[in-house]
Amino acid sequence: MQKRLVLDQQQIAIILKRFCHQLIENHDTFENTVLLGLQPRGPIVLDKIVRLLEEIAGVKVPFGYLDATFHRDDFRRRDFPLKANETKIDFLIEGKKVVLIDDVLYKGRSVRAALDAMIAFGRPQKVELMILIDRKYTRDYPIMPDYCGVKVNTLESQYVSVEWVEKGFEKDAIWITEKA
Amino acid sequence: MSQLSTRHLLGIKDISENDIQLIFETADNFKDVLNRPIKKVPSLRDITIANIFFENSTRTRLSFELAEKRLSADVINFSSSNSSVKKGETLIDTVNNILSMKVDMVVMRHASPGAPHFLSKNIQANVVNAGDGTHEHPTQALLDAFSIREKLGDVAGKKVAIIGDILHSRVALSNIFCLQKLGAEVMVCGPITLLPKHIDSLGVKVEYDVQKALEWCDVANVLRIQLERQQIKYFPSLREYSLYFGINKKMLDRLGKKIVIMHPGPINRGVEMNSDVADGEHSIILQQVENGVAIRMAVLYLLAGAK
Repeated sequence: MQKRLVLDQQQIAIILKRFCHQLIENHDTFENTVLLGLQPRGPIVLDKIVRLLEEIAGVKVPFGYLDATFHRDDFRRRDFPLKANETKIDFLIEGKKVVLIDDVLYKGRSVRAALDAMIAFGRPQKVELMILIDRKYTRDYPIMPDYCGVKVNTLESQYVSVEWVEKGFEKDAIWITEKA
Repeated sequence: MSQLSTRHLLGIKDISENDIQLIFETADNFKDVLNRPIKKVPSLRDITIANIFFENSTRTRLSFELAEKRLSADVINFSSSNSSVKKGETLIDTVNNILSMKVDMVVMRHASPGAPHFLSKNIQANVVNAGDGTHEHPTQALLDAFSIREKLGDVAGKKVAIIGDILHSRVALSNIFCLQKLGAEVMVCGPITLLPKHIDSLGVKVEYDVQKALEWCDVANVLRIQLERQQIKYFPSLREYSLYFGINKKMLDRLGKKIVIMHPGPINRGVEMNSDVADGEHSIILQQVENGVAIRMAVLYLLAGAK
């Protein structure tokens, strides 16, 4: 199987640090900001951002995990329903600035579903999107990230695989691979 | 796997332990949805569900209807008391007429055991059994086991006594299948006339002394005396039944351990249990009702989602 490295561990670390500095620049003291990781893979990125923000700026930003399975638009279009993941949001987002965090932005359909799911927790003042990998020219919906790690050109026949140490891999790495 | 092994939920007997665990895991997520400020998700927005009730029901019908509405399905309700069934229409004709209105799923309660099985063989829509005579009531058994899992952490290894009118109870049979598939030990307890012959062949313990049953169990699931299904007298009087098989707080206090008290409802207070038990600290009866909606949402979601 063909496999091309997009980001290695050091490059990912640099991007995550940049994200934190951009967040500090835009959200100042974070008093009205919350971070939401999109299940199933966003929470890993989110956890890293939360840790880094505490290290760099000494701030503890409220965060939660958002699952949008029940809000997806492909129900009954798959052979079987997707299994949902845990949603863990212990606060209301009414009037808050929300930063949605995920690893890869592809069609934009998951983010659309997440926006829909998020509304169950209140009406936010503003919503931003943070993405590690933006797959260019693949969008089905008019959704663009506010914070972007790298943009990559990919084909329909390829997918982006994200490997984390937390998931048992030797090093953090992001690859483009051909679908089998 | 995130797929049930069946297109219909006709009984617990027909589904696997994996199916039950998948329903529980999905219900966990729906229970979370039900505790949000906005309790509705759009999953079933292009699905139409017919609730067809040929027998009286309050909580099951309401629970299914609420589950369907929380999933954004379109719902039509039918009860036989004010329908053409009274004019002699057959079951299959009634249901086909409803299905010609483009219904995707049917939730049915019927007095005849096997009615939903018959239906599932003759129509395209998914069928969910909401109780068929004295046969099965699968969603009740699922919500009972789900409530035990929630209260005690797990169902496996737990001792569950089902106490009361076992003979006429579809809840008892579904509970026995469900609890055994999940690894629990099951005992039935009641007057000898209200225990089916050969019930021990299902692998359950049989006990006639309710105090001994309470001493043995971690969970007591207490059933209602179903007078409406009894054509002959199975015991001399309700007063005598209450005296020998009714549960009161003194009996629970004597145990020296805390057991969980369940009841599928409706409760005949003062007959199978006193109010101090039904409303007491041991009781999870209202949690059962709450869990019923999450379980039914999970069942409908998983059945509707399969192609």
